[in-house]
Amino acid sequence: MSENHTSNSEESFYKSKKGLASWIFTLDHKRIALLYLYSIAIFFLVGMTLGFIMRLELFAPGGQLMNPRTYNQMFTFHGVIMIFLVIIPSIPAVFGNFMLPIMLGTDDVALPKLNLFSWWLYVIGAVMALSTLVWGNGPADTGWTFYAPYSVTSDTDVSMLLLAAFVLGFSSILTGLNFIVTIHRLRAPGMGWFKMPLFAWGLYATAWIQLLATPIVGITLLMVVVERSFGIGLFNPALGGDPILYQHLFWIYSHPVVYVMILPAMGIISEIIPTSAQRTIFGYKAIALSSMAIAFLGYFVWGHHMFTTGMSGEAAIVFSFVTFLVAIPTAIKVFNWIATLYKGSIHITPNLLWSVAFVFNFLIGGLTGLINGALATDVHIHDTTYIVAHFHYTMFGGTIFVFFGALHYWFPKIWGRMYNTKLAYWALGLVFFGFNVMYGAMLVVGIQGMPRRYFDYLPEFEHLNKISTVGSWFLVFGILLMIFNLVRSARKGKKAPRNPWNGVTLEWQVPSPPPLHNFDHAPILSEKGPYDFSILGEINKYETTKIDK
Amino acid sequence: MEHYKVPNSGHNRDDEGKKMGMWLFLFTEILLFGGLFLVYAVYRFQFFDQFKVIAEHMNITMGAINTVILIASSLTVALSITAMKKGNNKLAVLLLFMTLALAAGFLVNKYFEWTNHIDHGLFMGNDVFNELARGEGMFLFLYYFMTGLHGIHVIVGSVLLAMVIYKIYKGKINQPNLVFHENAGLYWHLVDLIWIYLFPLFYLLH
Repeated sequence: MSENHTSNSEESFYKSKKGLASWIFTLDHKRIALLYLYSIAIFFLVGMTLGFIMRLELFAPGGQLMNPRTYNQMFTFHGVIMIFLVIIPSIPAVFGNFMLPIMLGTDDVALPKLNLFSWWLYVIGAVMALSTLVWGNGPADTGWTFYAPYSVTSDTDVSMLLLAAFVLGFSSILTGLNFIVTIHRLRAPGMGWFKMPLFAWGLYATAWIQLLATPIVGITLLMVVVERSFGIGLFNPALGGDPILYQHLFWIYSHPVVYVMILPAMGIISEIIPTSAQRTIFGYKAIALSSMAIAFLGYFVWGHHMFTTGMSGEAAIVFSFVTFLVAIPTAIKVFNWIATLYKGSIHITPNLLWSVAFVFNFLIGGLTGLINGALATDVHIHDTTYIVAHFHYTMFGGTIFVFFGALHYWFPKIWGRMYNTKLAYWALGLVFFGFNVMYGAMLVVGIQGMPRRYFDYLPEFEHLNKISTVGSWFLVFGILLMIFNLVRSARKGKKAPRNPWNGVTLEWQVPSPPPLHNFDHAPILSEKGPYDFSILGEINKYETTKIDK
Repeated sequence: MEHYKVPNSGHNRDDEGKKMGMWLFLFTEILLFGGLFLVYAVYRFQFFDQFKVIAEHMNITMGAINTVILIASSLTVALSITAMKKGNNKLAVLLLFMTLALAAGFLVNKYFEWTNHIDHGLFMGNDVFNELARGEGMFLFLYYFMTGLHGIHVIVGSVLLAMVIYKIYKGKINQPNLVFHENAGLYWHLVDLIWIYLFPLFYLLH
């Protein structure tokens, strides 16, 4: 029973110090991870509410709840929150911070003070973004891409939001920098590059993108701020500027950053699947290197956001071709995951089902992406809700689903308790169903020609829009149910053992929740790599807690 | 169970790791300016002749003096690190103060240059400025933007060097333990390096 949870000589990192200051000025990677988690969760709820209200607005043609300008401000704020405050930091800053040092067999990231500084920058950026709600001329109505020339001429408070994005970018760069140094310098003795868990590989590829792409968008956003302040036509064609130049500079970053959002998620799938199948991952090196390949290719595809801008046909063909190349390393991963599950001894858990749901959604997201990547079809679906549905299938159905899956996977490790599995399945079912109804309908209505970012629509789109809105109700209810389950279980769940899923990576060798210094014994590494399940017995002999299944 | 201390702790002193972090950060700084260099290249290509005409207004002597000042300051920083490595703290601090003096000289020069341009009406929103051709205005705008951003980096670098001096006084930087000093030096070299590209782009290319 859960009662015989024997205490270790070391208390958990929650108890090592108390008080608010011990949290917001902590150097402990686990506490910083939780700081990120709680801030991100709040912003996620705000972003979700905005999306929910927009869906309500689209329930019927014509204005229902707001005027068009408010609608523009809402989708802008929804985008900025979800991209800059939620998805980009989500997996690296929360699970990367918490798990990476443990998975590498160490007690912290390489630069702990910088880590704390990153979180503070995140908070400052978030406050700056939120301040536009209260001060100034109202929040920006440009869309999260801040396309010129409208971002230069809009009378709303665009500059503050741009500066906020700049600060958030800086925070993201420093997190990436920290992870690169950590992976290079702090791997446990005996852990070579190809003995790292695949999540670490995903974070490594991600960190390089954060480092190499973010400064470009930083300076680009700054250019818009300066242009707004001094009335010079860098990007405004009315003053001799080049708005397409803005789009190039913006997407040189913002396409690679799509992989900042997805690569760590793929890394987590590569953790959950071998643990659930109780066997070593199929094609370890192929998965590790395909992360790097995606990171590399990601730099050369930005033009596919701009096929309809009238850029040169030759460039468009090259961009289209390289875009298709990205499908190769992505497919390598998917096939390897499936091959790992094939004939494995599969344990069905909520975290496995979240992962399988991810693969399903991401297949749709990826395959619809090929349609956008092809020049001829892109012209038809450009700027329709099809695009919106496509990137929600990858970002929400992809990254956020994995984020939720990772919450269920590492929940016992982080909070030292188990959640209610039955509720978790119900929440997953509702989210999966609601998600696919909502965005599936948007895919179809987009192909029929409904433009994105429109507050109103023609009567023939009403039917599918209604279906989509009803889907959003299931989706939101499912998410709230999941949060309820997790929040309640974090306090009242059964005590969790060290290794509830019988994993073999290093985080399952430390107590749940881990003590301040993580390890209470030397980490056990297998010669055969990170997913060698023959050492499971040796790992589990440190188990001090028994649970009844 | 006994308390186990990992050998590869993140709280161990790791000069290599810190230097690696600094090099990576410098990489991002180059990319930050890289975006501006790209925009400069695009508009130079577009307004080739106008860029040539307006560049005549630049004071090459002032620019050259500033170039010499920054290169000299890079030398003094490098020397101060060597002095520190040899255990000569006094000389190191002296050289750091010299660096700060040179940095101040650079900024003062820059101030006079800018005010001179502004007095002639060559600033955004001014009547004279508004009369200029688009390419000429663009050149000046990029000049203020890029040298301004560089100036901010000079200030940040000076603050870092001042912190080095403080830490030497406090004994926090000493002979084997000077990675902060070295990193501040690296940053200062980057500030120098960027100016070495700004100087020809704005002053020498006619």
